[in-house]
Amino acid sequence: MKSSHQPSQSWPLVAGLPGAQETIYSFFSPSFVTLSYFSFFFSLNPFSRFDYFKSLKMKLDTSGFETSMPMIGFGSSSDMLDGFSTVPSFDLPRTTDFDGFQKEAVQMVKPAKGTTTLAFIFKEGVMVAADSRASMGGYISSQSVKKIIEINPYMLGTMAGGAADCQFWHRNLGIKCRLHELANKRRISVSGASKLLANMLYSYRGMGLSVGTMIAGWDETGPGLYYVDNEGGRLKGDRFSVGSGSPYAYGVLDSGYKFDMTVAEASELARRSIYHATFRDGASGGVASVYHVGPKGWTKLSGDDVGELHYHYYPVAPATAEQVMEEAAAE
Amino acid sequence: MARYDRAITVFSPDGHLFQVEYALEAVRKGNAAVGVRGADTVVLAVEKKSTPKLQDSRSARKIVSLDNHIALACAGLKADARVLINKARIECQSHRLTLEDPVTVEYITRYIAGLQQKYTQSGGVRPFGLSTLIVGFDPYTRIPYLYQTDPSGTFSAWKANATGRNSNSIREFLEKNYKESSGPETVKLAIRALLEVVESGGKNIEVAVMTREEGGLRQLEEAEIDAIVAEIEAEKAAAEAAKKGPSKET
Repeated sequence: MKSSHQPSQSWPLVAGLPGAQETIYSFFSPSFVTLSYFSFFFSLNPFSRFDYFKSLKMKLDTSGFETSMPMIGFGSSSDMLDGFSTVPSFDLPRTTDFDGFQKEAVQMVKPAKGTTTLAFIFKEGVMVAADSRASMGGYISSQSVKKIIEINPYMLGTMAGGAADCQFWHRNLGIKCRLHELANKRRISVSGASKLLANMLYSYRGMGLSVGTMIAGWDETGPGLYYVDNEGGRLKGDRFSVGSGSPYAYGVLDSGYKFDMTVAEASELARRSIYHATFRDGASGGVASVYHVGPKGWTKLSGDDVGELHYHYYPVAPATAEQVMEEAAAE
Repeated sequence: MARYDRAITVFSPDGHLFQVEYALEAVRKGNAAVGVRGADTVVLAVEKKSTPKLQDSRSARKIVSLDNHIALACAGLKADARVLINKARIECQSHRLTLEDPVTVEYITRYIAGLQQKYTQSGGVRPFGLSTLIVGFDPYTRIPYLYQTDPSGTFSAWKANATGRNSNSIREFLEKNYKESSGPETVKLAIRALLEVVESGGKNIEVAVMTREEGGLRQLEEAEIDAIVAEIEAEKAAAEAAKKGPSKET
């Protein structure tokens, strides 16, 4: 999985179009200096395209967390220093081809999503599993990343894409879910939670977020599983696998899947799928964690190192030379 | 223009918000409205002033639905009601869009009450001059609820309540005669309560019913209402006769 990696070029892009992480953290931390830095770096050049987008914005529920709806205030830099509750609006860089520029910006962050995560619904609930490797290009930066994020005691999210993006947005989603519970005296549904996340990500579309996550949980209507990505797409489904190792995981998962599995069978299937993905995919590895979401919430079932799992599934036969020597000794 | 930005609703020296209290006065002059919550049925009944001959009575509906499972009746300024109802309807759909779930009755009541409160604390606006009765069933749990909001922006849940003209006497009647009921009994109770202050007859009352199985708001026809009113009158007459009967014999 790709951890955040800022290219060290002195190109306007690096300073001017902050990685989404910086934007978000800068309005959380009272770093007044950061805000003003961005406002003075570029000259004003409002684009009418974004006024069109503003009018298209559907009425989103911002009652839980006011700042989740970034007003892309291009040209409205007078509001910049208005307090820290608004997302800082930044001026557009002067370029003839803004669309091309945006595309290049996204490519630069490159949501490669080096990881393997999977989740599937079966008779007894939802099974969620993931590896734990973080990579930066060819360098493995960590073998012990927690890729299954506990949003609340009955909902899990998986992490694929930018580590910071996933961690932050899942935590943010947890806040919104809790506020919903407090305001409405009942838990939010899985479809509602995934919708909130998808809407939040959609409003940051094109700004370089990299999130490919699955929201799994159990609500009044039973088990729920949704796939949400940084494009703002949201899919409901029974079986998902996300990441560079997903083709391998799908192979094992799809061939072994039955709706009527027991929890033990399903957890073994999930663990094996992750193992096979880590075996073939270089960007996946570390520890295969398996979680189960049932009517009473989630429980962690297992967390096995995939190296050890390899010898568990394919034990090495003792060498022939040793066998002969034993026989000789016995005689 | 200098005085325009001053809030219309300001505190009096002894802690009253006079504009809000005047709004409550406007409510007291409005049509009587009654709401009753049964075990599996919720009923709204509103007094209907006699419609002029040339007016199309269907265009002046007093009980409206906010969504498939929520209905609202109000007493007070009808034009204010229209604005509030439109906003509430949009909020119901917005909630469906962002949360993938229909609103609960409490949520939409809280929203309407919040709107009413906002207008008591803003500059240059006056409070809404209406109290609403909101009934419905929660999605999934299908529990019935009846809520009331008022111009100050407070809301609370009730088993049965009345608002508008003579609401005090209707409420007294309900307190005396309320018991857990379901189906047609709930409808009868609501109509009986309203008849305390309204001239008897189907054309003076508008009644709407929502049941747990059916969902959706059903406006009762004039004929149906007449039938129930006739039943009520008959029961009343029988009760009177029973009271007079024994004393005659002795």
